[in-house]
Amino acid sequence: MADTKLTRRTDDATAPGRARPQERNGGNGALAEFLRNLKTTPREFRDSVIRHGRPSSDRARSQTVFTNFFMHILPVRMHVHSIKAATTLGLGVMTFVLFVILCFTGVLLMVYYKPSVDQAYDSMLDISNVVPTGRWMRNVHRWAAHGMVACVILHMARAFYTAAYKRPRQFNWVVGMILFVLTLGLSFTGYLLPWDQLAFWAVTIGANIAQSPREITDAIGITAWFDVGGAQKELLLGAHYVGQEALIRFYVLHVMVLPLLTCIFIGIHFWRIRKDGGLARPSWADAEEAAPATSGAPAPLKSYGLMALMKDRTPAVNLDPRNTVTTWPNAMYIIGAVSMVTVFVMVLLGALIDAPLKEQANPAVPENPAKAPWYFLGLQELVSYSAFMGGVGIPLIVVLGLALVPYLDREREEPGVWFGGRRGRRVALVSAIFAAVVVIGMLWFTVTFGWFRNWEATARIPQIVITFINPGTIYVALFAAWSIAVVRRTGSTRMGAVALFTCFLIGFVILTYFATVHRGPNWDFYWSQADWPAH
Amino acid sequence: MPQDPSTSERFKPPETRRDFLGIAAAWSAICAFAMALIGALRLPMPSVFPESDSRVKLGPPSSYPPGSSTYLPAHRLWIFRDERGFGFHALSAVCTHLGCVAGRDESGGFFCPCHGSRFDEDGNVLGGPAPRGLIWVELGLSPEGELVADTLREVPAGTVFVV
Repeated sequence: MADTKLTRRTDDATAPGRARPQERNGGNGALAEFLRNLKTTPREFRDSVIRHGRPSSDRARSQTVFTNFFMHILPVRMHVHSIKAATTLGLGVMTFVLFVILCFTGVLLMVYYKPSVDQAYDSMLDISNVVPTGRWMRNVHRWAAHGMVACVILHMARAFYTAAYKRPRQFNWVVGMILFVLTLGLSFTGYLLPWDQLAFWAVTIGANIAQSPREITDAIGITAWFDVGGAQKELLLGAHYVGQEALIRFYVLHVMVLPLLTCIFIGIHFWRIRKDGGLARPSWADAEEAAPATSGAPAPLKSYGLMALMKDRTPAVNLDPRNTVTTWPNAMYIIGAVSMVTVFVMVLLGALIDAPLKEQANPAVPENPAKAPWYFLGLQELVSYSAFMGGVGIPLIVVLGLALVPYLDREREEPGVWFGGRRGRRVALVSAIFAAVVVIGMLWFTVTFGWFRNWEATARIPQIVITFINPGTIYVALFAAWSIAVVRRTGSTRMGAVALFTCFLIGFVILTYFATVHRGPNWDFYWSQADWPAH
Repeated sequence: MPQDPSTSERFKPPETRRDFLGIAAAWSAICAFAMALIGALRLPMPSVFPESDSRVKLGPPSSYPPGSSTYLPAHRLWIFRDERGFGFHALSAVCTHLGCVAGRDESGGFFCPCHGSRFDEDGNVLGGPAPRGLIWVELGLSPEGELVADTLREVPAGTVFVV
């Protein structure tokens, strides 16, 4: 060991290009070298971090991306189609930036938050009124959470309508669905932590939705032996009511388990984008003649493109990769701009609008109306007819149905084109009108005439019928029938998928709006909040 | 690739056995990990509940006048005593739909503020999304003669506790 060290030192001293001690007798030369090293250390340090020159040539620009840990998830060159605003609307980047904001503000909030039923609400008051910038950070956390859910939904709609879920990107669509569910899980678990009236009652309702499969087991009469609903609620709450056990469980899920899972799946999601050949683009985006190679700088010493032997056409010789530009700085400008706008909007919202905090949780008096966050209000409307179908059955059908879309619709279509052209736009428009008529019609019907128990003939109808025949069940059945009709009419499964997705999206939007604006105390219909009775 | 049947017959079995052992080993490992995971995930399923002593003392029976109905907000319980003064029964005010606390209206029935479920004064469903009637809770007497309710024990609707 000592020998090798000695040898290496000798090697170093004689290595070419190194300043060699001028004199062997004194230490002056070595001292001079030391001072020289000290002077040049900042530059030497910088060069050890960034091991290439200024990004002034294509080669250096490639290296800027390729040798940077944070950027190497990006390709060194990007297709011009991929960085057009209309391709993605920046929604994926926005979602990711919101997640980063949430992690950052979340950790700051954790400094003061205490997950105990005796102290949680007080620590919320502290954060709002005493902690420096506490209220602001909490507001940003709240609005970023809402924004992330909205961006995930819009990003999903973008990927769907541009047919970006098609082969070879089917699995990444499924990963996206997992991230969608994780995002909702993060929001739901975060909702309990303030321990105010809204939190307590919204989570009480959520936990009882988890218990609602009991409606089925009760109807068959097997609850005593096989109580999956009760087990789900006990697993979620660690008790029969929302209390300390539930709070600590939700806290662990919210700050540890779900963020970790989300990070892992975000990693898979990004990695798959690269492995699946970048963002989806139509074939004609490549059709134009590629520019001849113009870069005067020498080609990279290392070929970054040839990572494996692939089945495809041979690469064009002596041409720049077709219609691509270097990621640095072209795509980085866009990513940077989207990030800055997102952060700016969140910081501004946080400064202007306070996140709500009601009075402390009181298990004896329910909040009336006890409304879930906006993205769950559509489900809450369905739950008000029957808990199992509205809260478990239909969400499960929708999420599984969406995840299966790429496997049921395998038509080859030009990806990266909104709605796949004129026919798709028409199908989407007509489907939107159909869904709006169905959902608004049913809402009008139930508000005016009520549901089974309000009618003489069906007042004593068996519970199992009420459980399954939810207005939501009728929506799903009608939407499915409509989608099949579109498949038959157009002879295209893609058009059927467009019809179905549009129906779900419009149904979600209308139900969310309706429950947000038109549902008041006792879940009664009101035209506006001004008409709510005083209590 | 076409092969001499005798050679393939002779050399294939050892290969298949090796494959079989490999696959069996891989699946054994997967099963072992899966079972270990299931075993570890048994932890969050509570075997003792924080409210495991769900019996609550409700005071002496004589504190409830005949024909009265009394609400105990701390336990979310309604205590009824019949006109003749013999029979007691207790109804849980927790709505069977999604767990909100039902209030009582002028007619004596119950009304849930969350999704509008309605029940009559015996807890039977009259309207709304509730899948079943309000829960009749088990009543008993403590050794000191106090009325005791077990909030997690249900008795069939119509059961009356006679003191």
